[in-house]
Amino acid sequence: MLDPLLVAAPPSAAGDTAWLLAAAALVLLMAPGLAFFYGGMVRSKSVLNMMMMVFGALAVVMVVWVVVGYSLAFGDDIGGGLLGDPAQFFGFKGMLEADPEASYPITLFAAFQGLFAVITVGLIAGAIADRTRFGTWLLFAGLWTVLVYAPVAHWIFGGGWMAGKLGALDFAGGTAVEINSGAAGLAAALVLGRRVGFGRDPMKPHNLTLVMVGAGLLWFGWFGFNAGSALAADNTAAIVFVNTLLAGCTGLLAWLGVERYRDGHATSFGAASGVVAGLVAITPSCGAVTPIGAMLVGVAAGAICALAVGLKYTFKYDDSLDVVGVHLVGGLVGTVVIGLLASSSVTAVDGLFYGGGTHLLGKQLVAAGVTLVFSFTMTALLVWVLEKTVGFRVDPEHEVAGVDLVIHAETAYDLHVATSGGRPHFGHG
Amino acid sequence: MKLVTAVIKPHKWEDVREALEAFGVTGMTVSEVSGYGRQKGHTEVYRGAEYDIALVPKIRIEIVVDDADAADIVGIITKTAHTGRIGDGKVWVSPVESVVRVRTGDTDAAAL
Repeated sequence: MLDPLLVAAPPSAAGDTAWLLAAAALVLLMAPGLAFFYGGMVRSKSVLNMMMMVFGALAVVMVVWVVVGYSLAFGDDIGGGLLGDPAQFFGFKGMLEADPEASYPITLFAAFQGLFAVITVGLIAGAIADRTRFGTWLLFAGLWTVLVYAPVAHWIFGGGWMAGKLGALDFAGGTAVEINSGAAGLAAALVLGRRVGFGRDPMKPHNLTLVMVGAGLLWFGWFGFNAGSALAADNTAAIVFVNTLLAGCTGLLAWLGVERYRDGHATSFGAASGVVAGLVAITPSCGAVTPIGAMLVGVAAGAICALAVGLKYTFKYDDSLDVVGVHLVGGLVGTVVIGLLASSSVTAVDGLFYGGGTHLLGKQLVAAGVTLVFSFTMTALLVWVLEKTVGFRVDPEHEVAGVDLVIHAETAYDLHVATSGGRPHFGHG
Repeated sequence: MKLVTAVIKPHKWEDVREALEAFGVTGMTVSEVSGYGRQKGHTEVYRGAEYDIALVPKIRIEIVVDDADAADIVGIITKTAHTGRIGDGKVWVSPVESVVRVRTGDTDAAAL
């Protein structure tokens, strides 16, 4: 008997294009969502810098993407599965003619994929919050897109070795987005070092309402990220949509469960974090698991990530906003569980729990491991070179004063009228 | 004249204000402050990391009163702000040498 999940609607070019336009706009919304999410988590003296790092990454990465990033990721293979041809689509060359046989314009696909790169780079900012030079960050965002994101995206999305030769599954970016950003965040945090006062001064989130708003916007945008990756307004998109919804829900519940048991309180910060952990893990697996599988993915990610965010205190690295604990660990969970929970009622193969053996699990582990090592090594090198040449980290004195004031000449909140005033004057004379 | 200063729990502020107005107190200075006594502060948890918050929010009330009223006012505040639980606060009285009303130049008792 045909599984009801497989009953598909007839294809529609107009429908596919409309959905992909909407999905791309949803993914764009994840950038301000991430800015709010991260912005609320930092101290009030660096919230503007945090938001600027995400908005700045959006601007730089999108430009780099159109110039050369897309071609490197999705151009014809030039290195035996390692990289795309940078000249083929340089500046979106040759992509503007409509293809009557495609169900969506290729420029739309390219823009959609560019926004994936934006989010991936934006995520890294969380690991080095409070202590980064904005100008160097923008430089890093552009270089990292070319040197790290584009190759990994080629491997898994662009016809490279990981999807092609290895046969690993990654529906919407467990490797290219989540493990990639998490490993890069860890490398950047280790090379730049801990914040002044880490482990001694209170560094609690300054605005949890902002964190909740950001988590909500991220969740909403994530439907574009995952269901848009079906690249069609079809049955797969619908299954992915449901899975994305469910994993967020169970991620939230699992994180709160861990907190209630461990700390005695279920917190709003835990709820927001649990949603994101569930969404991170369902990103690679949303096109491979059933709704029951998606709920299990969310539970696993919510619980494991809730425990993993404590690693930075054990190992004394200062991943400011837990990019490692949520995105690296969540991405690993989501990528590896495909090998366990993939179901042939949704995708082409069965995982271990559905009688498919350990074959797929092995492929997933290789994909996850190679992404982790490549991203960590390349990022560590890039951050080290930038720190030694143009300088990546702000002076300790400026870090204590707050990067908002020192770098952007602004402060986010004007709460003390008597002490925050000053006579306005115009110009710099 | 005396300066009565009270540090009380924020949720008791409205009750204390009403009681003092009923007694006839016409003005006071109130500020939101933070501090701690013997009980210290409280613990907050963010993603599993515990923060010991030493300072607890309080309301500080300052009233300059006639010598004769000081004891009554201390009594009113003590009674109204009392919950019996830890952190109810403190009230103290200090001497005031002189008072001037800025608008009129009135001094001492006439300035209250």
